[in-house]
Amino acid sequence: MDQNFRLSDGGLINRDKKLSFKFNNKTYYGYEGDTLASALIANGVHLIGRSFKYHRPRGFFGAGVDEPYAMVQLYRNGETEPNIKATEQELFDGLEATSVNCWPSVNFDIGAINNFLKIFLPAGFYYKTFMWPKSFWYKVYEPFIRKAAGLGVASIKHDKERYEHKYEYCDLLITGSGPSGLASAYAAAKNGARVILAEDKARFGGTLLTSEVNIGNKSGKEWAEGIIAELKEMPNVTVKNRSQVFGYYDHNMLVMSERISDHLSKTKKFHPKQRLWYIRAKEVLISSGSIERPIVFGNNDTPGVMLSSAAKEYLKVYGVLVGRNPLIFTNNDSGYETAIEFKKNGVDPTILDTRKDPQSEIINEAKNLGINIKFSYVVVAAQGYKKVKSADIAKISDDKEQLGSVENIKCDCICVSGFWTPTIHLASQSGNKTKFNEEIDAFVPGISKQNETTLGAANGSYTLEGTLKNSFETAYELSKKITNNTNKISLPNVVEKKSTTHDKFWCVPLPKGKNYKRFLDFQNDVAVSDIEIALKEGYRSIEHVKRYTTLGMATDQGKTSNLNGLQLVSNIENKVVPNVGHTTFRPPYTPVSIGAIVGREIGKHSKPTRKSPMHKWHEQHNAIFVDAGVWLRPRYYKQGNENLFEASKREAKNVRTNVGVCDVTTLGKIDIKGPDAAELLNRVYTNAWLKLPVGKARYGVMLREDGIVMDDGTTTRISENHYHMTTTTAQAANVLSHLEYYLQLVWPELNVNVVSTTEQWAGAAVAGPKSRDLLQKLFPKSDVSNEGLPFMGYIEGDLFGVKARIFRISFSGELAYEVNVESDNGNFMWEKIMEVGEEFKIQPYGTEALSTLRIEMGHVAGSELDGRTIPYDNSLEGLLSKKKDFIGKRSLTRKAFIAEDRQKIVGVVPLDKKTSIPEGSHLVKDSNAPLPNPKLGYISASCWSVEHDNPFSLAILKNGKNMIGEKLFVMSPLKNKVIPVEIVSSHYVDPKGERVRS
Amino acid sequence: MLHIKCPHCGMRSQNEFSYGGDATVKRPELGKEISDQDWDNFVYNRKSLRGKHLELWQHLSGCRQWIKVERDTATHEIFRTLKANEDNS
Repeated sequence: MDQNFRLSDGGLINRDKKLSFKFNNKTYYGYEGDTLASALIANGVHLIGRSFKYHRPRGFFGAGVDEPYAMVQLYRNGETEPNIKATEQELFDGLEATSVNCWPSVNFDIGAINNFLKIFLPAGFYYKTFMWPKSFWYKVYEPFIRKAAGLGVASIKHDKERYEHKYEYCDLLITGSGPSGLASAYAAAKNGARVILAEDKARFGGTLLTSEVNIGNKSGKEWAEGIIAELKEMPNVTVKNRSQVFGYYDHNMLVMSERISDHLSKTKKFHPKQRLWYIRAKEVLISSGSIERPIVFGNNDTPGVMLSSAAKEYLKVYGVLVGRNPLIFTNNDSGYETAIEFKKNGVDPTILDTRKDPQSEIINEAKNLGINIKFSYVVVAAQGYKKVKSADIAKISDDKEQLGSVENIKCDCICVSGFWTPTIHLASQSGNKTKFNEEIDAFVPGISKQNETTLGAANGSYTLEGTLKNSFETAYELSKKITNNTNKISLPNVVEKKSTTHDKFWCVPLPKGKNYKRFLDFQNDVAVSDIEIALKEGYRSIEHVKRYTTLGMATDQGKTSNLNGLQLVSNIENKVVPNVGHTTFRPPYTPVSIGAIVGREIGKHSKPTRKSPMHKWHEQHNAIFVDAGVWLRPRYYKQGNENLFEASKREAKNVRTNVGVCDVTTLGKIDIKGPDAAELLNRVYTNAWLKLPVGKARYGVMLREDGIVMDDGTTTRISENHYHMTTTTAQAANVLSHLEYYLQLVWPELNVNVVSTTEQWAGAAVAGPKSRDLLQKLFPKSDVSNEGLPFMGYIEGDLFGVKARIFRISFSGELAYEVNVESDNGNFMWEKIMEVGEEFKIQPYGTEALSTLRIEMGHVAGSELDGRTIPYDNSLEGLLSKKKDFIGKRSLTRKAFIAEDRQKIVGVVPLDKKTSIPEGSHLVKDSNAPLPNPKLGYISASCWSVEHDNPFSLAILKNGKNMIGEKLFVMSPLKNKVIPVEIVSSHYVDPKGERVRS
Repeated sequence: MLHIKCPHCGMRSQNEFSYGGDATVKRPELGKEISDQDWDNFVYNRKSLRGKHLELWQHLSGCRQWIKVERDTATHEIFRTLKANEDNS
């Protein structure tokens, strides 16, 4: 029984290409150009899922973005994706989809029991029921809710697809390619403006594809195709289908998701799956059209009840019958168009019109075709469980309050038309204060906040002629303002059938003694009774009602439910709709896949990776790398089967006994030039800088204005007005901004320039007792003796023909030098150091050994300068100048900062000299004290001291000054450790600092 | 994303800039006596205005200049942008 509900011809599908697909493991066939929905309906499948709360059977309600519930789990090319609307998913060969929200199957769903337990799941059910006992929450309630709720399953696999981002600018962004979109795009493009025209569907043309109109002696569809073909040829126009503009953000920035490959069984090589466009438009024309509103009646969620416009679209676009015995239920002329379309295809519909005696061209046409029309009639309730089998109908009184006797008529679908709701989501997102239009019973955009204009049906204009004319003129004027062109362009004549007014009727009263569920929000299972309860319980603000009942929430964003919900609230409250107001429309208008939002910025690509010029060498010598900010640094160089601990110990030991070399390229470097450079340093650093001679380096600490240490490093006076500043790897960018801030805003009178030279210089730290011997061999022409190049001295040297800067500075606490060459020569420098250093038993060392060396020396680094410590805490108070003011000095007199028992850095050694101390552990006096055990301090850094061959840590400890010699406990609840320790000086090795000066 | 007119470079997207706080705060002169209260106000106390706010931004990924931006904190409307040395009165 293949495609029983497919007409023998007609539609815009490609009947030459038959596609096979699976739904709930059963194979079906459809055609190229189908959606999953149209192909399923062609095969007579109407039961697609279960509803969110009551697990009632659900079918198709719309034919596109308007669809509130036909969502499936999609399988494509080994991947799975939830939350896919069957009405939007284009069919491809081999597509597989399954129902969501049902268990064990869509036909027999246990959750449907919710539907029969009347007291179950009313408005606010979750708030009321799952409150107590508290212990039930994790064990009972949450697992139950998790199993019952949800609209599909997210894949936990890595998504192999590629997603891209694109930034674009244009004069006019036009959202929607229906009549108003086409007319405005045409006018603006012909007038020379840069135009982007976005259509969310695969086919351009919007309602022109389904309406019986005539534009310049062409059908609507032909005219649309002609315009699109012309626009595509123009260099100033970008035309995009399958592209949904879903969000309107500040300053006319809109975001659009383009589904490039979702309609294909497999993404083409080098193509992304989706592309996210960030579009900054001078003007935005919103031509998003309108969505048909349902009329609310009993069991109106039964599969087979759908929008009349959707039924027409399935017929005209896909050649598919939604039923063979259709009932059309309408309060306006639109229903007639659907009825006529059925009739033309040999199906006899029945029309129920809520109006008493409407007169119009199209009604006459329906009458002339012999269609059975019942005026002043309504559908009271749909009957049938998994599919509409019949309808209870009744005559309704003129005041729309009394129902006549209910009769039952056979039908297999009910096509509803309750007039049209403009799609104002984008306008509302832009900040437009919408207004209520009494004539169409709906909100339309009011005064624009940003440069946005809403056109056509989205603005409540429902005639083709008016829409085309107005859209054309608006776009022409806007483009004229931008391009100053006044090209002669015109629109052809339009022939369309005139409509008469709609009936302001939206909800069928319940017949006596019946308690049918009448749904407002199909996605979230919100019925009329839920809103009534919410109001009875005292909820008044529409925003509160929304949250309490979930009306208009989630991915649907109230596309079909919003206005009927407002009507209901205003009826009960005896207000008019504009006084109730509508809830906020939030982006995204339709769901956007997370992959598209993330784009290419995944994993390693989320930040740039910076590598030093010596990176290749490190790789070739078994370096194990670690992320240091955005840099990759060698953590250690593995020899044989060594682990991190063994390797770093070996490397550190070699520095203490022979000589080691460490890549320090990553340190921030800032070049400072100008006659006031010394004055700037003097204000930025806490110590004195005015008298530093040329050829000398100095260690400095800089504070924030609140007195907290910001960064430390050495700065060297290269020449009279030229300084070379170094910063820590992590703070390099912040320090530069900090200097620029003071130079540009606070002290613009200082004549100084600063520029980052981090990447211009490659750096190698050469450290160890044999470093001078090595240096002498590297720079035979330079005097590197203790007199020629004393501690904190600086000279320039010639490294086998390469110009080098040599600083005698030390982080390891050993006799040490730092050699800088231009980055391009970095690898040359490194290889020369290794080559010449061989006779001195040189070894490269990584960040782990570097940490060990600095920790046992008591040199502070990032883990102590963590944004919570002042100079005193780090034993840096000796660097605070008493004679001059500097940034942050005034804050250091704050009470807490000068307290007697202020925290201070100390050393920590385990009593057993064996147990390693986890970083981040707390220090306490009594390990058995009742909780909360008063915390005295924390371990900032830990290492294995190579000098003493036992564990050693640094800690920031309360009253640290007076704690040396005390016995405390280190506690790490995370690692389940309690370690008795002794507090010692933070300078565990060479406390007098003799080695660096040797 | 805001669209900010850098007085040096022209219209640029917000992601090129970084925010720098209230532009009307003046750093007390170096070396001058100042009360605890005044220093506190300079370091910590800021108004959280709703409406027109003169604030600092740095064109970090552009010309690196600090600029002043007059912005409505509620609507994000930007009224004008000034160079660091331009008077905001």
